[in-house]
Amino acid sequence: MTGWTDFVGEFAEGALNTVLLTVFSALGAIVVAVVITAFRICPVRPLRAFGTGYVELFQNIPLAVWLVLFVFALPVVGIQFALFPTAVVATALYMASYYAETLRSGINGIGTGQAEAARALGLGFGQTLRCVILPQALRTIVQPLGNVTIQLLMNTALAAAVGVIELTEATNRVNLALAEPLPLYVGAGVCYAALALIISGVAGLVDRKLVLPR
Amino acid sequence: MTSVLFDVPGPRARRRTRIATVVAIVVGLVLVALAVRQFAINGELTAERWAPYGSWPMWRYLLGGLGGTALAAVLAVVLAMAVGLLAAFGRISRLFVCRAPSRAYVEVVRIIPLLLLIYFAMFALPRYGLDLPLLWKLVLPIAVSRSAQFAEIFRSGFRSLEAGQGEAAAALGMRPAQSMRYVIFPQAIRRVVPALISQTAGVVKDTSLGIVVSYAELLQSGKVLAGYNRLLIQTYLVIALLYFAINYALSRLARAIDARQRQAGRFEPVSSPSPARRGLGRIRSATATSDDAPRRDRARA
Repeated sequence: MTGWTDFVGEFAEGALNTVLLTVFSALGAIVVAVVITAFRICPVRPLRAFGTGYVELFQNIPLAVWLVLFVFALPVVGIQFALFPTAVVATALYMASYYAETLRSGINGIGTGQAEAARALGLGFGQTLRCVILPQALRTIVQPLGNVTIQLLMNTALAAAVGVIELTEATNRVNLALAEPLPLYVGAGVCYAALALIISGVAGLVDRKLVLPR
Repeated sequence: MTSVLFDVPGPRARRRTRIATVVAIVVGLVLVALAVRQFAINGELTAERWAPYGSWPMWRYLLGGLGGTALAAVLAVVLAMAVGLLAAFGRISRLFVCRAPSRAYVEVVRIIPLLLLIYFAMFALPRYGLDLPLLWKLVLPIAVSRSAQFAEIFRSGFRSLEAGQGEAAAALGMRPAQSMRYVIFPQAIRRVVPALISQTAGVVKDTSLGIVVSYAELLQSGKVLAGYNRLLIQTYLVIALLYFAINYALSRLARAIDARQRQAGRFEPVSSPSPARRGLGRIRSATATSDDAPRRDRARA
């Protein structure tokens, strides 16, 4: 068991990077997803088409391809940033398509009568959306949003494929030095499980707070 | 589709929409122009940097990669479906000794990133004397990780069947195994075909991790090719386009089958408010782009 303590730091740094990747990508993805969803439900046809195209494009091309494109190919045309932000951007843009689908399904899940009632009360499009549709839609999709965020957490592991030292890559490196694969990989799996539990716990908590009696 | 949010537009709203349309098109064109300019000033638009993609040897190589992707995906899907089906049977079993381990398996596998499993197959298993061939270092982890998804799909299919189906089978004197084989299973499988196809698209995306194990699938082939001809952005764009073509076709197929099944009206849609709603709702939101769900909801409302 010699040498284990030397590598705790490396392991912890990897875990921290995974958390940072998850948090920043999730925030970025949600912002992009809100914009894309707004495009997809707005009456302007080119914007709707753009929203649909965005979702199809990002969902149908693997994240690994996006990461390779962003990290290795974009510098060729003079677009280059540090590795970590690039990985965050690629993950955020990719996952935004899933968040956007979830948001849209929430909005579409609201009964037609709600919008009709709002219009009958004289509310405009913006007011209908803000005061009637969105509050209900957001409440119904807390759990799905949590699931997409867990998916995002799993996907941050792919950043290892382009050289970001997050939990998976750190585990790998420590294993190269220690050659104790079983405890190391199980430990990493437990870390991911703990993070996933935190996310689903928060989602469950928010869900219970906001649950609508229907 | 979402027109439910708007009233029928009057003259002013129509004018606003027209103006916004024009502005959106102009902004879009400007963005495209900027992208093209970015390519041009870096010399990536010249004919000789794209011409290789009109030549046969290049495509022969890429088709080889495509073949690798297809092989890995087919093997992974078959394995994952088999394990998933087993786990689903376990989860709906009446015996606790079947239910508990199946449930534990699904829950654990769901929260382990695929790449961690692949690294485990690459670096941990050899140490315990199990050095798999390259293909299987990719296929086995994918099969394990996707088997949980397939298990949940199958289970939601079983649970979506009305209780009356099993009761009727029992009334006809069928034993549980017979009822499963002749009544429940065939119907449940038909209902989940679209979700199975969406998952298959997910598996195709997973195979792109062949780049990690150096198995010659599409992305790995692209990496090798780009390293050889130094046409980075061209190569990766072509690769991305190929993935898009495959997965778009799969997701369209899933949607088409889904729509046809609903239209045929042979059964209640799986994601309708029923005990199965949560299960499949989760799968849908995680995988399929369910364009049809809202339309159906509206029809019901």
